[in-house]
Amino acid sequence: MAKPRSAMFTVRTVILPHAGLALAGLLFLLPFVWLVLTSLKTVDDIFRFPIVWWPETIRWSNYTDALKAIPFMRYTANTAMLCVLAVIGQVVSSPLAAYGFSRLQFKGRDTLFFIMMGSMMLPYQVTMVPVYVLFNKMNLVDSYWPIILQNLFAIPFYVFLMRQFFLSIPYELTEAAKIDGASELRIYWQVIVPLAMPAIYSVALFAFLNEWKDFLGPLLYLNDPELWTLSIGLRAFIGENKVDWGLLMAAATMFTVPIVALYFFVQKKFIQGISLTGFK
Amino acid sequence: MAQSFSNRTGIRRRRRKAIAVGLLFTAPWTVGFLLFKAYPIIMSFYYSLTEYNLFSSPEWVGLDNYIQLFADEKFYKSLYNTIYLVVFGLLPHLAFALAMALLLNMNVKGQSLYRTIYFLPTLVPAVAASLLWLWLLNAKYGLVNDLLSMIGIVGPNWLVDPDWTKPAIILMGFWGTGTTTVMYVAALQDVPRSLYEAAEIDGAGSWRKFWSITLPSISPVTLFLIIIGLIGTFQFFTEGLIFAEAAQSVGGPENSLLFYAIYLYQVAFSFLKMGYASAMAWMLFLVVMALTLIVYKTSARWVYYGGEK
Repeated sequence: MAKPRSAMFTVRTVILPHAGLALAGLLFLLPFVWLVLTSLKTVDDIFRFPIVWWPETIRWSNYTDALKAIPFMRYTANTAMLCVLAVIGQVVSSPLAAYGFSRLQFKGRDTLFFIMMGSMMLPYQVTMVPVYVLFNKMNLVDSYWPIILQNLFAIPFYVFLMRQFFLSIPYELTEAAKIDGASELRIYWQVIVPLAMPAIYSVALFAFLNEWKDFLGPLLYLNDPELWTLSIGLRAFIGENKVDWGLLMAAATMFTVPIVALYFFVQKKFIQGISLTGFK
Repeated sequence: MAQSFSNRTGIRRRRRKAIAVGLLFTAPWTVGFLLFKAYPIIMSFYYSLTEYNLFSSPEWVGLDNYIQLFADEKFYKSLYNTIYLVVFGLLPHLAFALAMALLLNMNVKGQSLYRTIYFLPTLVPAVAASLLWLWLLNAKYGLVNDLLSMIGIVGPNWLVDPDWTKPAIILMGFWGTGTTTVMYVAALQDVPRSLYEAAEIDGAGSWRKFWSITLPSISPVTLFLIIIGLIGTFQFFTEGLIFAEAAQSVGGPENSLLFYAIYLYQVAFSFLKMGYASAMAWMLFLVVMALTLIVYKTSARWVYYGGEK
């Protein structure tokens, strides 16, 4: 009597969820599998009908050819350079602003914070045209400056993230230093920053990922192919009449693998930082 | 007397110093805000009342740009395409993410592996993901139609048939719901166990528990995701542009991929109509604001904020 019921129970709580998760997991992984398989196929295998899943001859040269079909290394270097500058900019500026918005008491602080949070609701398109006009007047279109300069200033989302973290640091830790007459900058640098490293790592990772993926910024400001990033460079592939999908998928793989690797490399610190800031 | 006077000036001086220090610390945001948000907002509003092509100086036209908008067929088309994504994309994506989160929350083995798998696609750059999906959705050689044929369905010509281009975008969107799933998992873990236990004692089934406990408990997160999703969908750009360009046009087949932000970009940077584009941007802002307000106002009826936690 009890047995069939518990069997039913296992079906509902273990087997069915597992089946659902596994099926969804499979469907989520298939595009990756297809990406890599296509990147190893010859043109003959790619355009074979009915479709062959496994390449008959594995064509590694798609990767080396992709490096030559577009100046892939140059684009990678350009992208990486912008990423590193974005990380430096955000790691310096966002925690500073967050400290001001959390651990300091001053008149107008909450109003400023409210404006900052509200500004996140503003569609990018509203400021897109005037900011472009501004850089155009300064003769900076077709250089990295518009992207670098905008990444220099604290980004509200990161400030918010850091602020939540700073609020969770016990005040006893800074009171003693304050009584001893230490300046805020000193407290920030010697007490807060060392404690906030996990959150700072998250901001660094976010800043890197977002710059690596960015499309609109380079699209607006970089016309000269010498300056292109990977996002813009890969887009050039589809302008061609006959798309070489093997090359394209090889290029897309090489575009994706570094950040997936970076993510897993930093994940431990990342997860720690995120769960401490209340985000998961 | 003298003592309290010097105390008061001392307090005042300290307060002034606190403001100065506070402003210095927050300057890394404030200066950027003034340069790249506040000043551009004012200029954007000004440009929207002018005709401006970047080369000659802006010419005052009053509300002409806004009036023109209402007679612009492509404006309506792009608005329609975008609202289509909200209705048929945003809500199904949320429902799907919630379903995945519910499964993940059932304490089955390998949970963290599954979570990683669902999260993985969100790391893929939009351009790379779009190119991959262009290939997956290829009518003849694509994986999607191959899988569909296995269950006896003849897949559509996703990227060419104007009726199927937006569903193609939405289908691709399911792949990127990992962040939403992760947020829902976090919300589910915060639902107090005691509520479920109490319901079980009252003899509630799992369906009843889902509707009466789970859904209301996570409704604040749902509200947040809907608002963020609305704002994001109205700015939907990259994937649409890549899909359209693969069809050798800016708006895709019969402008079926001409989303609002894409049309705005085209108006600004292909037609060099900066004034008109600025008017479009303000219109976008108004529409998004209005929709957000509506959602927020109705939320009193369906969002439940637990008193305890």
